[in-house]
Amino acid sequence: MSFSTWHDFLYMGGHYLYVWSAYGIGVVGIVVTLARPLLARRRFYAEQAQRLRRETHSAEAGPNASHSS
Amino acid sequence: MNRLKTLWHRLGSPRWFFEISAPWAIGATILGLIGIVVGLAWGLAIAPPDYLQGNSFRIMYLHVPAAILSQSCFILMGLAGAVLLIWRMKLADMVVAAAAPIGVVFCVLALVTGAIWGKPTWGTWWVWDARTTSMLVLLFLYFGVMALRQAVPREETAGRAAAILAVVGMVDIPIIKYSVDWWLTLHQPSTFKLTAAPSMPPEMYLPLLISVLGFYAFFAGVLLFGVGNEILGRERRTQWVGELVRSRQS
Amino acid sequence: MTQSGFMYVPSSGRAFVAQMRRDLTIAFKSRGELMNPLMFYVIGISMFPLGVGPGPQRLAEIAPGVLWVLALLSTLLSLDTLFRRDFDDGTLEQLVLNVDPLFVGVLAKVFAHWLVTGLPLTLLSPIAALMLFLPASAVPTLMLTLLLGTPILSLLGAVGAALTVGLKRGGLLLTLIILPLYVPVLILGAGAVMATIDGVDPTAQIAWLGAILALMLTLTPFAAALALRVGLE
Repeated sequence: MSFSTWHDFLYMGGHYLYVWSAYGIGVVGIVVTLARPLLARRRFYAEQAQRLRRETHSAEAGPNASHSS
Repeated sequence: MNRLKTLWHRLGSPRWFFEISAPWAIGATILGLIGIVVGLAWGLAIAPPDYLQGNSFRIMYLHVPAAILSQSCFILMGLAGAVLLIWRMKLADMVVAAAAPIGVVFCVLALVTGAIWGKPTWGTWWVWDARTTSMLVLLFLYFGVMALRQAVPREETAGRAAAILAVVGMVDIPIIKYSVDWWLTLHQPSTFKLTAAPSMPPEMYLPLLISVLGFYAFFAGVLLFGVGNEILGRERRTQWVGELVRSRQS
Repeated sequence: MTQSGFMYVPSSGRAFVAQMRRDLTIAFKSRGELMNPLMFYVIGISMFPLGVGPGPQRLAEIAPGVLWVLALLSTLLSLDTLFRRDFDDGTLEQLVLNVDPLFVGVLAKVFAHWLVTGLPLTLLSPIAALMLFLPASAVPTLMLTLLLGTPILSLLGAVGAALTVGLKRGGLLLTLIILPLYVPVLILGAGAVMATIDGVDPTAQIAWLGAILALMLTLTPFAAALALRVGLE
C-alpha cells in the first residue's frame, strides 16, 4: 500500500483534484461505452416485440391494413 | 487451410457470427472490466508515487490505455474497411460502424485525461507536443469517418464511403505522426516529456500492463456486442431474429 | 497504343490527354470562375494584417504558416469544381462508365484542376509573401514547397471530393474530412519555409514532400476512382 491512511489516499499528495476528476471522467467514459450497446440491444428487442405484436394484430384485422417496421 | 476457408465463408453469415460471438462478447467484457478495475486500483493505491510528479502520475493508468486503444481502434477500422472494399464482407462494415463510437470515446478520454495530467505536471492544460497533436488529429479523423457515414443516405454506399476514408486515414496516420514529430524538433519545445514506459520500475509498470490488457479485452467485448447489435438491426426482418425477439418477450 | 483486332481501344495515354483537354477547355470557358481561388487567396492573406496589425515583424513571423494555411483553404474551396459540375450535368457518370481504367480519367481531371488552381497559386505566392513581409530569401523555398505541395492537396482533395460528390452540403463535410489529412503537408511546407528563414537547410522537408507526392500520385487516383464508383451507385 502506498498510502498509510484513507485520508492520505483521497488527498493524493495535494493532487486530489486532478487525479479524482480524471478518474471520475474515466469511469464515466467506461460506463458510457458499456451502457450504449446494452441499452441499444434492449431498445431493439422492445421495438421489435412491439412491431411483431402490431403485425400479428393487423394480420388478424385484415390483409389490407398497412404496417411499418 | 480448409478450416480457414470454411471460417472465412462462415464470416459471411451474420447469423453464425451473432451466435458464435455472444459468449465471447460477454466473457471478454467481464474479463476486461476485471483487468481494468485491478489495474486502476493497483495503480491508484499500491504503486509508489513518482519521484518527480508525485501522485498525479497515477492518471497515466487511465490515459495511456485510452490513447493506445483509440489508435488501435482506428487501425482496426481501417483494416475492416479494406476487407469490406476488397471482399465485400458485410460483417466488416458492421465492425467499422460498431468500432467508431468506442474509439471516439477513448480518444476524447485520452485527450481530457492528458490535459488534466498536464496541469500539475507542466503547469498548463494544453501543450502542442507530438502526442497531443497527433491524438487531436486522430480525433478529427474519427469525426470525418463518422460524419461521412451519417451524411450518405444509402446504407451500403455509406459503409463503403466510410471504409475508403478509414483506409486513407489509416495509411496517413504514420505520415501524420512522423510529420508532427518533425514539427516539434523544428520548434525546439521545452523538456516536456511523459515518463517513458521502459524506464519505469516494475511496481509502476505492471499495473499499467494489466490496465492496458484489461482495456483491450473490454474493447473487444463491447465491440463484439456492438457488432451483434448491427447484425440484429440489419437482419430484423428475418425469421431467426423474430424467434429471438419472441423468446425474449417472456 | 493498343489495338485489339477490329475494335479500336484508345490507349490510356490518349484518354488522359483527351480528358485533360476537355476539362481545361471547360475551365477556360468560365474564366471569371478561374480567378476565384486566387482572389480568395489574396483576400484571405490580407485579413491577417487587418486582424493582427500591420507591423512587419509580427507579420513576417507568422507569414510561412499563414501563406500555407491559406493555400490549403483556397484548394479546399476550389475542390468543389472538380467533380460537381460534371456530376450535375451527368458527364461524371459517363466518365465512370466509359473511361477504363477509371484512375486515368481521374488523374487527368486532377491534373487539369491543379493547372488552373494550384499552379497559379504557386506563381501568385511571391506577391502574397510580399504582403506579409516574408524575407525574400525564403520565397524560392515557398514556391518550391507550394509546387510540390499543392498537387498533394489536389490529389488528397480529389478523394474527399469523390466521397462527397452527391451529398447536399458536401462542401463543409469535405473540409472536415480532408483537413486532418492535410496536416503533414502543412507542417512540412511551412516548416521548410521557416527553416530557410532561420538559415537551416530545408532539404529534408522538401525531400519528404516529394516522397509524399510520389506516394499520393500512385495511390489517390485509385482511391478517388473507387470513391466515385461508390458515390454514383
